[in-house]
Amino acid sequence: MTYRADGISALGDPTRRAIFERLAERPRSVGELAGELPVSRPAVSQHLKVLKDAGLVIDRPAGNRRIYQLDPNGVGALRAYLDRFWNQALTAFKTAAEAEPKEVS
Amino acid sequence: MTVQTIDTSVRTSIVVEAPVERAFSVFTEGIGSWWNPDHHILEGELAEMVFEPRVGGHVYDRGVDGSECRWARVLAYEPPNRVVISWDINTQWQLEADPGRTSEVEVRFVPEGADRTRVELEHRNLDRHGGGWEQMRDAVGSPDGWPAGLRGFAERLKA
Repeated sequence: MTYRADGISALGDPTRRAIFERLAERPRSVGELAGELPVSRPAVSQHLKVLKDAGLVIDRPAGNRRIYQLDPNGVGALRAYLDRFWNQALTAFKTAAEAEPKEVS
Repeated sequence: MTVQTIDTSVRTSIVVEAPVERAFSVFTEGIGSWWNPDHHILEGELAEMVFEPRVGGHVYDRGVDGSECRWARVLAYEPPNRVVISWDINTQWQLEADPGRTSEVEVRFVPEGADRTRVELEHRNLDRHGGGWEQMRDAVGSPDGWPAGLRGFAERLKA
């Protein structure tokens, strides 16, 4: 049984966690991430390198840039992805269920 | 927590200020009112989402061009307390035709008073996506054992 703590420590940094959470939504380029976060492109690249070394993300070339996504190798990534997916979905569901309470049902 | 066993389910819940009947109907037949419009796998523009309220029915997206995408089968339909659907979508948001490679989502609606309902959701058997999941992965190698770390992260997010 091997237990690598790399993934957890890589995510200990709030900026890396923010990057990871955005990649959990969908793959993104460095430029997109830098545009969405209060971090420079070089800093984003540096964080992505740490996440990549920890085995949490992979990248692929797309034209003259690289697209980063969660490493799909394993149930763990799928769980993390769906965990966020369903939490967001249920929050939206709550809003809908509590709106206009007399219309449906 | 053991790190050897990979949990193959995602569980989450939410409490809504609505009677159980309404929570159930909004979740099922009203799915189009809350589902994220970005999470559709139709080629064209989405016209509506349809939840067929019976076992053997489907949940599907209908495009404005009339095309349909049936991405779930209704496996259990027990208003107002429980519904189970299959998840016929692979990890790249494409339809999965092989039922052996699909997971399932069970949703329970538990009344917590006349106007309050706890909604418990479990998305399980995620390992069934495994085959396709591995095929899709890029040739980039990855270190062993990281799913355990990622699971820890997921747990922490929920805490």
